[in-house]
Amino acid sequence: MIELQINGETRQLDIEPEMPLLWALRNELGLTGTKFGCGIAACGACTVHVNGQAIRSCVTPVSAVQNTQITTIEGLSAGGLTPVQQAWIQHQIPQCGYCQSGMIMAVSALLESNPNPDEQAVANSISNVCRCGTYPRISKAIAGLIANRTDTPFVDATAEASV
Amino acid sequence: MSISRRRFLLGAAVVGGGLLLGYASTRPSRQSIANRDYAEDGQTFLTTWLRIDPDNIVTVIVPHSEMGQGVLTSLPMMAADELDADWANVRVEQAPATDLFANGVLVKGFAASMGFAAPAFLNRTMDFVTLKAAEIMNMQITGGSSSVRFTGEMGMRAAGAAAREMLVKAAAQAWDVPASEIATRNSRVYHEASNRSLSYGELASAAAQFEPSRSPVLKRPDQFTLMGTSVPRVDIPAKVDGTAQFGIDAMPEGMLYAAVTTSPVFGGQLQSVGNKDAALQQRGVVRIVELSDAVAVVADNYWRANKALALLQPVFSSTDADNRSSTDIFADFDAALDNGERFEDVVVGDAGQALASTADVITANYRVPFLAHAAMEPMNCTVLFREGRCEVWTGTQDNLGIRGRVATVADLDENSVTVHPFYLGGGFGRRLPMSTNTIDQATLIAQQFDVPVQTLWSREEDTRQDYYRPAVSSRFRAGFDSSGNLVAWENAYIGKNEPVEAAHIAYSIPNQKIDYVESPTHVPFGAWRSVAHSQHTFFLESFTDELAWKQQQDPLQFRLSMLANKPRHARVLREAADKAGWSTPAPAGRARGIALQESFGSIVAEVAEVSLTDDGRVRVEKVTCAIDCGRVVHPDNAASQVESGIIYGLTAAMYGQISIEQGRVKESNFHDYEMLRLSESPEIQVVLLESEGASIGGLGEPATPPISAAVSNALYALTGQRVRELPLKNYRFLPPPVERGAVDA
Repeated sequence: MIELQINGETRQLDIEPEMPLLWALRNELGLTGTKFGCGIAACGACTVHVNGQAIRSCVTPVSAVQNTQITTIEGLSAGGLTPVQQAWIQHQIPQCGYCQSGMIMAVSALLESNPNPDEQAVANSISNVCRCGTYPRISKAIAGLIANRTDTPFVDATAEASV
Repeated sequence: MSISRRRFLLGAAVVGGGLLLGYASTRPSRQSIANRDYAEDGQTFLTTWLRIDPDNIVTVIVPHSEMGQGVLTSLPMMAADELDADWANVRVEQAPATDLFANGVLVKGFAASMGFAAPAFLNRTMDFVTLKAAEIMNMQITGGSSSVRFTGEMGMRAAGAAAREMLVKAAAQAWDVPASEIATRNSRVYHEASNRSLSYGELASAAAQFEPSRSPVLKRPDQFTLMGTSVPRVDIPAKVDGTAQFGIDAMPEGMLYAAVTTSPVFGGQLQSVGNKDAALQQRGVVRIVELSDAVAVVADNYWRANKALALLQPVFSSTDADNRSSTDIFADFDAALDNGERFEDVVVGDAGQALASTADVITANYRVPFLAHAAMEPMNCTVLFREGRCEVWTGTQDNLGIRGRVATVADLDENSVTVHPFYLGGGFGRRLPMSTNTIDQATLIAQQFDVPVQTLWSREEDTRQDYYRPAVSSRFRAGFDSSGNLVAWENAYIGKNEPVEAAHIAYSIPNQKIDYVESPTHVPFGAWRSVAHSQHTFFLESFTDELAWKQQQDPLQFRLSMLANKPRHARVLREAADKAGWSTPAPAGRARGIALQESFGSIVAEVAEVSLTDDGRVRVEKVTCAIDCGRVVHPDNAASQVESGIIYGLTAAMYGQISIEQGRVKESNFHDYEMLRLSESPEIQVVLLESEGASIGGLGEPATPPISAAVSNALYALTGQRVRELPLKNYRFLPPPVERGAVDA
């Protein structure tokens, strides 16, 4: 039995330890906000937070994230839209929207861990693929988030606090 | 196959009628069918595309798919504006996939865009015939940058205006006042003189007694209240909190998952499958399904299905293409261009004669590889067969088309198939109804079960079983007269594709001969964002640039000199150049290139400003784009689509390459079929231009074609190296500019 802490809830799953977290989330738990894009950690569509850090769930076995706090896009906004999600609406970023869960999770973790990332740090950290080409708007949104930073956390506060 | 189908659609439209710029309208019989079958609890349909509820909620029913282009916002805006509806109380639904919602307007739009017209008195007959054609052709298609310019302009606006007129008539009757004294705004009808008003909801059922007008009066642009504004897109909130549902997210009760391996060589047949016992013993595996050209493992979890699939040892038949490579294919193209039968595309004057009399003939050969679509949501389709009926859950660019396809594959009546629409995790042409290999597999696999089965492709299958943008080779010859005027343009290329005008040029050149040669390959092909424009604009606008440098002319001025009769083209070129600072030198280490193309009714010019990295790779710093799409419905979304089209085309220019080796696609996933990322994304400036009186143009595709040539032309300006084959990742450029002007062979 695998025990996972997901979005503040304890979930018991009778699954193989090597099952990637992505498929546990999507097929076993019905948390479909986290997307499958490539299966080899090359696109970032499956990004979730583990103890507030962005990881690519398609290559992360569930055995590696037991006893951690896992947050998915569904849990990120449990207490209302976060600053990153609000910025995504303000800048009208999503087009098809498929990559945006992963994009939002990646950007949220970056801004939480690094209050003032420079252009290079953003580029290094946000390597998610968006085929609709929303990058120019994402860049503007990130710049705005850095410039107008508030005390509101970018990641699920409960997950961060428990680290 | 896919191309003949695409032609067939257009051909059928011509044969089937339409052929006119008319309004969408609804025959009373259709309206009554809609009321009978789709209206619930006091709701009343006014036309097929609008519903007004007693609580004054207006619902606009959109016969297109939302794949990121904003159609669920822009089309309802157009209807709501004409209706004078209160936008805050407008809801949006995607049309169900039934004949009743077949999009006749789209057929008419395509026909009209081909230049056909019919007398107005024939409208009524033509309308009926067009509608029948739409039903037969399963026309709910989202492609050709058509939604706003056809469905919106001819359908949504007319529907809104007709509904408004019906509401006004109903109020006039109720109050016994002339309709001319009645005003409408914010979903209410007013009679100011008697200080009375009624909501649309209160009047809806009385209004539905009137027949919709065949020719409702549309607003003038200065009367628009919604069109031309950037209302927030209706689909975005669900796309930031993970609740948006894509086809892959469908989870009907009891669903199983199928992972598939298809013959890697196109056309190979499944002969045998080894190691089945081992696969069947894996946890969660339910069954192995063998199809004519593929094998699938069905399990209770996709990862388990895929893991068991990897244990199988399928053997596929050999084919004639087993040893074919991209090199062979391009060699065939060359042979066809050398010796193959030539078909005329454009003939103006006598290019052969003109070339024979010019001293200096400039020649150049170009080519581009196959490309995959690589939509972020891997191809998938969920199907359930139960009690003689079939249900389908998938994201598609044509829900009606998919309904027909599933019915055909399953040998069912179309009315026994229900398609549930979803958001598309990218379309780009891959999810058009003529590209159905995933749908076919999903149908055949699910037929063997009485529970829903989701067939989901790995990224590797998605990359290797696509309907690719065709590889194309294109050869040019051109000549100047003794005064330096470009007098001859000769072009021969491989493979006529849609749109038919993709290889035509806007420039006024007195002698033109454009031919094509067919050289079929075994690689399946389909529509890829902007279709044939993406290859040909690279060729045409790169070669035009070569000619400008050859004459030692500024590439902008050279183009303008041949556009005296094309003021809209000249204007977008000037605007893009002005905003990009064309007349001032680029910053040190950078250079600019320009390119132009008209496609899908819009005219686009792009200026790329590029530099080189330390290891000689191109870096696109900035792109300035001017687009004249006639009229802009939603400026912010228009800009979004342009940004998107540029990034899509730039990704192809920099990285796009599908290689054929031993008959199969070599690339498999994002590590070897690379994508542009945030770190390489240029700054993009979009200038939206309108042309009074011009037809509205498309936005989803037209920004894609010019970018590859704009970047390549900028690279030439920077380095003196001319790129005649994409992608750019295969080059290393030398920083110091060599002498320019010479056309290197």
